[in-house]
Amino acid sequence: MAIDIDLAEIAQLFIEESMEGLDIMESGLLNLDLGDADTETMNSIFRAAHSIKGGGATFGFMEISNFAHHVETLLDEMRQGDRPVTKDGVDLMLQSVDCIREMINSLADGDVDTTRADELEIDLAKMLGSDASPDPADVTEAAADAASESPGAPIVGWEIKFEPHPGILKSCNDPLRILRELRKLGELEVRSIGASKLLLGEFDPEECHVAWQMTLHGGIALEQIKEIFDWVSDECELSIDPIRDENAPQPPAEVVKESTEDTVTPPPKPAAKKASKSSSSSQDGGSIRVNIDKVDALINLVGELVITQSMLSRFNSDFDFTQIEQLREGLTQLSRNTRELQESVMAIRMLPISFAFSRFPRLVRDTGNALNKKVDLQLVGETTELDKTVLEKIGDPLVHLVRNSLDHGLETPEARVAAGKPETGILQLNAYHEGGNIIIQVIDDGAGINKDRVLAKARERGIVGPDEILSDEKINNLIFMAGFSTVDQVSDLSGRGVGMDVVRRNIGDLGGTVSVKSETGVGSTFTIRLPLTLAILDGQLVRVGSQSYIIPLISIVETIQTNDEKVNEIVGKSELFKLRDEYLSVLRLYEMFGVQADSTRIDDGLLVVAEANGHRVGILVDDLLEQQQVVIKSLEANYRQMPGISGATILGDGTVALILDVPGLIQLFYERNADVQNNVHQVA
Amino acid sequence: MQSVLAVDDSASIRTLVSHVLEAAGYQVVLAEDGREALEFARDNDVDVVLTDINMPNLDGIGLIKALRTLPNYKFTPLLVLTTESGHEKKMEGKAAGATGWIVKPFNPEQLISTVGKVIA
Repeated sequence: MAIDIDLAEIAQLFIEESMEGLDIMESGLLNLDLGDADTETMNSIFRAAHSIKGGGATFGFMEISNFAHHVETLLDEMRQGDRPVTKDGVDLMLQSVDCIREMINSLADGDVDTTRADELEIDLAKMLGSDASPDPADVTEAAADAASESPGAPIVGWEIKFEPHPGILKSCNDPLRILRELRKLGELEVRSIGASKLLLGEFDPEECHVAWQMTLHGGIALEQIKEIFDWVSDECELSIDPIRDENAPQPPAEVVKESTEDTVTPPPKPAAKKASKSSSSSQDGGSIRVNIDKVDALINLVGELVITQSMLSRFNSDFDFTQIEQLREGLTQLSRNTRELQESVMAIRMLPISFAFSRFPRLVRDTGNALNKKVDLQLVGETTELDKTVLEKIGDPLVHLVRNSLDHGLETPEARVAAGKPETGILQLNAYHEGGNIIIQVIDDGAGINKDRVLAKARERGIVGPDEILSDEKINNLIFMAGFSTVDQVSDLSGRGVGMDVVRRNIGDLGGTVSVKSETGVGSTFTIRLPLTLAILDGQLVRVGSQSYIIPLISIVETIQTNDEKVNEIVGKSELFKLRDEYLSVLRLYEMFGVQADSTRIDDGLLVVAEANGHRVGILVDDLLEQQQVVIKSLEANYRQMPGISGATILGDGTVALILDVPGLIQLFYERNADVQNNVHQVA
Repeated sequence: MQSVLAVDDSASIRTLVSHVLEAAGYQVVLAEDGREALEFARDNDVDVVLTDINMPNLDGIGLIKALRTLPNYKFTPLLVLTTESGHEKKMEGKAAGATGWIVKPFNPEQLISTVGKVIA
């Protein structure tokens, strides 16, 4: 029977499932109490390893399966209680989890690198106290069977005596099925023997009291016959004896050889190849697992949309003005449907932040160990949802912030005790929604930022002028400046050349902001504010002459009306205005983009105070229009990249509005007025 | 159409089994663990049950024991899917009332022929 199954697609499912399994293993291992492991946790860890082993072999990923087999063996001993759960054991298991994860990831490249697995296998074997034989046991078994077939004259048939136990039918092994199977191998003569207890009174129809003597003709391999009786070997008396043709001159080497080949079935090679190939391609595209409720909601909404459409289409053929009220109603319904549909579609891309948080228990444990610090990690708001793209990209900045808090924030147990704090420090990751944004906080109860050192460093680097007085908040946020690191001795953890400025830039690329609040001796709180999605943006529509632009709301601090008198012109084009205790540059949008404005006077326009990367500017526009959600269209894909512009959108009237890239715009502005930044310091 | 109840906690194995058996013309019912399978079996007959051993809630051995106590499953072929090539697990399955086993990894042809063997 030819079966055409797309193994590749299912193999992809296996890969996703294994990744989830590895996460389960990892979090389970991290939660284990040494010496007193929870049985259910142990079982779930074991099952995950077991599934990876079984699935790996089934889908042709033998390297993974073989390695998982060793892991499983060790886990099984722990789970059965034969082996105590030690820290070393857990550490080795965690390394193995990483190793399997790497192997699965490398499937996409086509080749699995087993170097690490081979090394770990040695460790595993040591722990298991035996040599982990690379050959599965059954191969040797089969070989032994083959060898036991004594050489001699060629086999031309078999004498088989089969006496089932009376209870054989209870396991649903029908002896007649076995006879039928044997017939498939060759010509079979069957003689019934010893129908023992056929007295009517004692006859039990659920028992078997018949036995058979059979002769099977043909040079059939013993293995094939044994396989048929495999399931009932414990439920019958069986003897299988060869019938040899003593007259034949040929030695029987071939028969023996054949039998080994039959029993050791190689994994389906072509299928496996195909599977790994296509898994790589589909991984590039990325898939998403969607809760069925979300899909149902979507289908439901599409249904409603169809109803609305059919209701509106009535007006297409005959419309008179008496129906205007109905038409208006229909349009209202349509807009409601559209909004709900948009929300539902966006919801599909939304995933809980636990996907990003899940790696931290492990990371905090390892980092804490390396630094000899005691840390209690608390995760809050793990179910908070955000866009998958944002989720994927926020991982690295978060890791950096967490490492930073562990390295620079939390003190050593001794220092904590000396400061009158509990020995174990608290690191909290907190996520929640606020407006159209998601807020992620990394909170520690450590020493806080050393403001004097930060300020001294900033002066030394020329980031802050020598006489400049800064608020505490400003000093704290200096750590996000490029090339800033207060740690003189570069540790291999957070001081690896990637500074907080990179964190801020990465978050900025996602349209978000990061800031820090810190109190000496009490701790620090890093706050990341991100848009929920990258596909839609809350924007403020502004007008400059005949052009409309959109400024992302997240960048806008406030909008003010000021007058020319309050603006100091310093050198050439650079203008500053004073907003409370701060001097801000005036960024004339019409100048930046070379368009015609209604008026070039600051009195006639409005200043939109926008902030990015710690810089604030006042963007001069002619007028503020409405605030609205806009769908972001890529300018790069449709035209080309433009400095200061992050994308475009289509407005309700069909015109195109450009979306301002505030960080890029500010940078562009400073480049054009290279001396402006220095002037800010002089004035301040 | 003959029906198969396939029980495995691994979604990829479940999908593989159902794809293969459906392609071979069987009606396939899937369950994620022994408990779900047993619930289904209480009200429904199938022609063969195919179950994994290691599963949460109710494992394969427990499922087989429980199924054999149901009158409508007394003579239903019950096959275990096992990665254990060793004798012990197979015999544990047999002792619980299993008809036979399929050793993972299996290829589609092996699965079809084994199921075909017990559904005559």
